[in-house]
Amino acid sequence: MNAPEPKDAFKVVGTRPIRPDGVDKVTGKAIFGTDYKAANMLAGAIVRCPHPHARIKSIDTSKAEAVAGVKAVVTGADFPSVEDTIVRMGETSASTVDMAQNVMARDVAYYDGHPVAAVAAISQEAADEAAALIVVEYEQLPYHIDINESFKLDAPAINPNLKATGLAEGEKVSPNVTTKFPYAKGDADAALAGAAATVTAHYTLKPVHQGYIEPHACVVSWKPDGKIDIWCSSQGAFNIRGLTASFLHVDIGSIRVMPLEIGGGFGGKNSVYLEPVAALLSKKSGRPVRLLMSRSDVFRASGPAPGAEIDVTLGADAQGNLVGAKVEFVYSAGAFRGTDAMPGVMHAICHYKVPDFSLIGWEVLTNMPKHAAYRAPGAPQVNFAVECALNELADKLGIDPIEIRLKNAVGPGDPGMMGAPLGNVGLIECLEAAKAHPHYTAPLGEGQARAVACGSWMNYGGPSTASVSLAEDGSVLVATGSPDIGGSRASMAIMASETLGVPYEQINVVVADTSSVGFSMVTGGSRTTYATGIAVIDAANAVIDICKQRAAKMLDVDVSTIEWIDGEAVETGNGKRLSLRQIAEKSGATGGPISFEKGVSPLQHLPGYSAQICDVEVDRETGNVSVVRYTVVQDVGRAIHPAYVEGQMQGGAVQGIGWALNEAYIYNKDGRLDNAGFLDYRIPVASDMPMIDTVMIEKANPGHPYGVKGVGEVPIVPPLAAVATAVGNAIGKRMRDLPISPERVYAALNEG
Amino acid sequence: MPSPAYHAPDTVKQATDLLAANKGARPLAGGTDLIVQMQSGRSAPAAIVDLKRIAALKEIREEAGYFAIGAAVPCTSLKNNKALAAEWPGVVEAANLIGSVQVRNRATMAGNLCNASPAADSVPALVAAGATAIVAGASGEREVPVEQIPTGPGRTSLADGEFVTEIRIPRQQKGSSDAYLRSIPRTEMDIAVVGAGASLTIDASGTCTSARIAIGAVAPTVLLVEDAGKALVGSKLDDGAVAKAMEAVSTACNPIDDKRGTIAYRKAMAGVLAKRVIQIARERAGGN
Amino acid sequence: MSRIHVTTTVNGDEREFLCSPGQTLLDALRDELDLTGSKEGCGSGDCGACTVILDGEMVCSCLVLAGEAQGRRVETIEGIAEGSQLHPVQQKFLENAALQCGFCTPGFIVASKALLDKNPNPTETEVRYWLAGNLCRCTGYDKIVRAVMDAAAELRQERTAA
Repeated sequence: MNAPEPKDAFKVVGTRPIRPDGVDKVTGKAIFGTDYKAANMLAGAIVRCPHPHARIKSIDTSKAEAVAGVKAVVTGADFPSVEDTIVRMGETSASTVDMAQNVMARDVAYYDGHPVAAVAAISQEAADEAAALIVVEYEQLPYHIDINESFKLDAPAINPNLKATGLAEGEKVSPNVTTKFPYAKGDADAALAGAAATVTAHYTLKPVHQGYIEPHACVVSWKPDGKIDIWCSSQGAFNIRGLTASFLHVDIGSIRVMPLEIGGGFGGKNSVYLEPVAALLSKKSGRPVRLLMSRSDVFRASGPAPGAEIDVTLGADAQGNLVGAKVEFVYSAGAFRGTDAMPGVMHAICHYKVPDFSLIGWEVLTNMPKHAAYRAPGAPQVNFAVECALNELADKLGIDPIEIRLKNAVGPGDPGMMGAPLGNVGLIECLEAAKAHPHYTAPLGEGQARAVACGSWMNYGGPSTASVSLAEDGSVLVATGSPDIGGSRASMAIMASETLGVPYEQINVVVADTSSVGFSMVTGGSRTTYATGIAVIDAANAVIDICKQRAAKMLDVDVSTIEWIDGEAVETGNGKRLSLRQIAEKSGATGGPISFEKGVSPLQHLPGYSAQICDVEVDRETGNVSVVRYTVVQDVGRAIHPAYVEGQMQGGAVQGIGWALNEAYIYNKDGRLDNAGFLDYRIPVASDMPMIDTVMIEKANPGHPYGVKGVGEVPIVPPLAAVATAVGNAIGKRMRDLPISPERVYAALNEG
Repeated sequence: MPSPAYHAPDTVKQATDLLAANKGARPLAGGTDLIVQMQSGRSAPAAIVDLKRIAALKEIREEAGYFAIGAAVPCTSLKNNKALAAEWPGVVEAANLIGSVQVRNRATMAGNLCNASPAADSVPALVAAGATAIVAGASGEREVPVEQIPTGPGRTSLADGEFVTEIRIPRQQKGSSDAYLRSIPRTEMDIAVVGAGASLTIDASGTCTSARIAIGAVAPTVLLVEDAGKALVGSKLDDGAVAKAMEAVSTACNPIDDKRGTIAYRKAMAGVLAKRVIQIARERAGGN
Repeated sequence: MSRIHVTTTVNGDEREFLCSPGQTLLDALRDELDLTGSKEGCGSGDCGACTVILDGEMVCSCLVLAGEAQGRRVETIEGIAEGSQLHPVQQKFLENAALQCGFCTPGFIVASKALLDKNPNPTETEVRYWLAGNLCRCTGYDKIVRAVMDAAAELRQERTAA
């Protein structure tokens, strides 16, 4: 792959044009998941278990079926059995089997909100009325909301069939442990014993929700020929297609997913919840069926990121060089196996050079919704603990918090977690920029304090497909399989424009349905601008090659004499030019329509790093905390559309600030979610926040033609520790438990 | 779930007749509580009697002895009445802390009162102000102190068929003012963890001649803390007197632990907020 | 159950629809009139995605009964632009990249227009408190606030020029 060109060589990359889908979204024309309607559509409703853990003894749907206008009722019995799914999917697909049961409970409901039945009727009122008439007889079972309770050796088992992975031979653990992920290098205990200073502390976090504003929604039509059409918003239409096919035991090719605009996801719309249920209702009724979640459903049955209990010991020599680290954490997984322990371990200390370490990640079941990815999944929790501990260690040693990070920060060529040398990474530049930023040395007001933290996220690449084709007048059409959550149509258009040498306005980008473009992985993992971008660039380059051949034909010369300059074919020597339009207009006569579809699976992504500075002001009488100034520095590789890169940095930071200060799942004494709404699940509002200053460090990724690294996730990693340490600095205490509610600050101020 | 009947009467008489005729009917003022309760299934009224077409309930009248605020006056409109905003800034601010601007363009003080939430923001300010409610029913009208309307969370002293038509707040005396503050985790959009209102009169010598302190979200109903007022009357609102008032407030609290706050924090905040509203009301009164 | 016949003015046009008595204005706009620009994010007045202007004041249409709209004036996101001419608030949202997913955007634009109709020169703090009832989970609010301030400045300039 070509090394990135110097920045000033770009014409379009790095500019801030208006996004292609912008007008639709500021005028109310864009059709989101909740907006789509199919002709002759039925309205669906889901019955959800009100208990945290219960055996389903019986379900009586007779009264519901008798309601006028009801066309279909389904329960777990209508789904293919779990055993059949295991046979079909093989032993390695535990997560698919789990997800199939999460979509609709079979014999046991595992959390407050777990679906147990569903109905479809001619109106929403009839569907709701029928759902309320479904009688489910439950036998309540012991449950766990608290991680520590679930982790106890003698804890009652949530799922007796669970088999933990990663255990040592004969290791005795709680029956609720799903995963142990240990990773060590050298002798951490010996290294820590020789440290000049150590910090040991325990940290806790509650589960938090992604908090996208658009509730989940879909319309599904299962037609008599066995073909299934799905209209929904998700982070990956192909993912919805594949999982729905798995759960329903149908061929992937029989499902076509039409991606609607998506109203936020942050990892929480990688999962499938409604589509298989709506599909079965549609199959039974013979009509399209729409299912919508209410906001309460969203909180009770989708989402949250793991809560955590974390122990950290860090040790350094007198100069502040880290000599050893021990980190052991337990993450909640919800009612089914999770996936965050491994990334938690891999991101705990990977941004620092630590010679000897021992890291252990555990995951346990809790009677909560199956946890879902949330922006840098698994990283913010453990980073909170490690970065807070590092700030304590810096204080102990009397070293500036940025200095201690600079002493330990990884740079290009340093070994990564798996031992291979790191590529062109930019943590050191982020820290230097933070140190030099006027914010870092600005005077503080009364009651104010400042802190810094940094963090990393691996980013990802993987499979994506894009096609580039030319209309008869030379207009450029780009189709990808990557849902646009935050401006990716704009970045695709910019990259196509840059590659083809035609104006941005001439590029038209669509997110295609699953039958109209090749497979693409989800929009997630900070992968879209990187991987789908490469697909777009490669396809555009292939179109250039075709155009050169066609131009050669039109000019009756050898193709080797044709160069591509500023969107035109130019014959070397005489300077004869053919525009894209001229080539496209004649394409019928020169070999047919011009288009190219490219599938890629690049893995030369590089991790992202961010360093953040937070100023808070604490009201010492009430414990209320205001974030009064905030700066995000991030290595972005190269910002294709800088405004949307800044947006990722600002949005991620504010989600992290919300996580630090107010957000948490609160369960009542009966194991029911007590704050299943935006009133009491308190995400930041506009008046809570200052402007979020951004500094983009552009240390290009040589593994992408324009240097892209991926920017979406890392900004949520550092805020937890930055806010917690700043509050601690303001009140002279250590804040080790999130959220840092006014009440907790007040308690810390008034304790012994 | 049967859908309720919807009525939009033009007069108070029609409204009371409708409410009397439909057992389980609910008056609809701003709807910001009732409609949420209906949508979530917590409330299923048999009929809805919309008060917003009754012209008399949509105005603020400045009478000789009092302001009369119609039951259908949205909270944001209170700010537009210059005399009310000047005399009772705390009441107007309290009503304009409820929800968002969108909510306050609908929500009314009468609705806030009759929803009977112990955490209702406008109620402590109204209680401190010595406000009364005019209650209309089939047998005519009665006037009751606002603190006697809610009897517990979600419960009121209103009989079947009765509703509050207006809230009356006395015209402010010279040297008087009021204030309201609440404790919430965010800056907006939260339900009060604790709320406190104060209404003070101060004479030319700086001596407090009357004081009413009310607190919310710390008991099943908003409390008028008479001992706190007594601690202030006759004093120059010195630190000692204010400390006594704070103590009286904390003693009067009988809060619960819930998702929004603990008993200990609520008791502590009641005192802190009482101190702050006394200070604000005092500064304002000094200017009047 | 009897349905109510409602006649109301929506974006300047007289419209009629039938609704059930408990139906919200938001549902009537979306389901009866196919105006799906107003979004439901919560159904409880906590997110502002359904913000419309009712008789000149912004409200959450999820907290208004459809029947209440009888004889009133409703302005929705679909009526903010004049024909194909975007309102300055819309234009500035585009120029400032003040939207990411775009789901909360209609509510923010209606609320921002309502602010600037009343207050042509708001401070940053006034903008933030006015918009506190509109939740955005993507942007962290920074670019939204800047877009509203920019739109205010442009509108002031237009007025001066006029």
